[in-house]
Amino acid sequence: MTNGSYFAFNTVDWNNMGAATWETVWMTVVSMIAVAILGVLLGLLLFETTASQNVWVKVLNAIVSFLVNVFRSIPFIILIMLLLPITKNLVGTIIGPTAALPSLIISAAPFYARMVELAFHEIDRGVIEAAEAMGANSWQIVYKVLLPESMPALVSGATVTTISLIGYTAMAGAIGAGGLGNLAYIDGFQANNNTIVFVATVIIVVVVFAFQFIGDFLVRRIDKRTL
Amino acid sequence: MIEFKDVTKRFTTKDGDLTAVSDVNLNIDDGEIYGIVGYSGAGKSTLTRMLNGLETPTSGEIDINGDKITALSGTDLRKKRQKIGMIFQHFNLLWSRTVIQNIMFPLEVAGVSRKERQEKAQHLVDLVGLTGREHSYPSELSGGQKQRVGVARALANDPEILISDEATSALDPQTTDEVLDLLLEINKKLNLSIVLITHEMHAIRKICDHVAVMDDGRVVEQGTVFNVFRNPKEEITKRFVSEEVDPALTDTNSIVEELIKSYPDGTIVQLVFHGDQAKLPIVSEIIHKFPKLQVSIIEGSIHQTQEGSIGSLYLQFNGDKESLDGALDLLKKMRVETEVIHRD
Repeated sequence: MTNGSYFAFNTVDWNNMGAATWETVWMTVVSMIAVAILGVLLGLLLFETTASQNVWVKVLNAIVSFLVNVFRSIPFIILIMLLLPITKNLVGTIIGPTAALPSLIISAAPFYARMVELAFHEIDRGVIEAAEAMGANSWQIVYKVLLPESMPALVSGATVTTISLIGYTAMAGAIGAGGLGNLAYIDGFQANNNTIVFVATVIIVVVVFAFQFIGDFLVRRIDKRTL
Repeated sequence: MIEFKDVTKRFTTKDGDLTAVSDVNLNIDDGEIYGIVGYSGAGKSTLTRMLNGLETPTSGEIDINGDKITALSGTDLRKKRQKIGMIFQHFNLLWSRTVIQNIMFPLEVAGVSRKERQEKAQHLVDLVGLTGREHSYPSELSGGQKQRVGVARALANDPEILISDEATSALDPQTTDEVLDLLLEINKKLNLSIVLITHEMHAIRKICDHVAVMDDGRVVEQGTVFNVFRNPKEEITKRFVSEEVDPALTDTNSIVEELIKSYPDGTIVQLVFHGDQAKLPIVSEIIHKFPKLQVSIIEGSIHQTQEGSIGSLYLQFNGDKESLDGALDLLKKMRVETEVIHRD
């Protein structure tokens, strides 16, 4: 027994801890890649349909906007339960890191989509108009103007989203998705081993810091607005 | 050749219809610099935005070298836009690109090969005098340098016309003159038509051949810069011209008032000279012919335009009626525009 101590490091199985850390990082990175792609597409759709005069485009904007708001409002832990049947169909299981991916992606993508939309709106209208005046088509405006000109905001938004995803993976872990959350809950909380909970916490904090550092570094590298 | 034929643009707003441009007819010849001057809200920006199809007219049509802009859409319109260069008040450069990458932007849009893009952009960097700064980012440049990048970018696809939308309005007077000189140089070197929109008469005077004055969506006056300066007909044109001919107009007015007070018997006249008249010894002639007349100079200035100089001079005469009438008669004979501001 550990008598509730936080520092009984001899009780920690470091192999398990390493595997759990890897699972957490894996879930975060894989879901973030999907979130980035989906979020940019959704954000672009929201941005492009916002100012339209066309009735059908307005309807499309209203629907997408509504869905984004709905999925942003559902607490993550409830979303997992809600998506259990879909997850089972998609992944074949509801246990393990892969099973956590659908709910992670579906909860974070709308969140990131709003950030992407906002980032596009921050771009100087005059620059987009200049590109139009030079004869650029819509696709050229997207990949030559919208994406590069909003890149710092897209990256810092992705950093924030990644960090909240790490939080979600811990929550998913608690109900069987693996990773540090799972380890802290099963081997720590349920086995009454506070040291495991403590070590898992420290590792998660380190992982969060690492992602934040990488994000900040990238933003500084690509932001040429002030030199 | 650019032709505006009965062009009208109405916007529907919450507060009802707004006519931004009303029945405009203009002809702009190849190789000339055409100024469009007006206060903000006069419709000059809307007018030029219709030139490259950023706005479509409610009625009327616009021809550029025989192509009806108003009839183009989709790919055809985008192709034509590549041949219409535009520079902006706030430069509208991409901050994420270096100087040379910004200049290459329109070339990428037009699908020019990588090698040709490089060569062309480098040539333009040299043309606008930014050699050595090609790998700087816009945030590292001054306002004047940013506008030079804007000019180079606008020239990248060998445009048929260049539109300058208040391109010097955000710049200080010295930088304004540098950019205007650059535009004039490009106009002469490439024989490129330039449409220059501004609210500064100074810019018109300095480089334009023709000018149209806009007020409330209409072109109220147009002609050669020289004629419009010499003989403004509309009230609004007079305001623009007086701002320019006499930047210290309000000061002069107060001096005139002072003088009216201190010399109640004096006669104050404003003379306007055109071209070579400015070189004539008018004042010494008057003094010589009418020795009994006292002449004092209140204020004077001379400005150079593309076609010649325009000067204004305020004089105060003191003396007997005979000499005074003789002096005014002499001025009339010398064809100097004379206005008696105050006569006792």
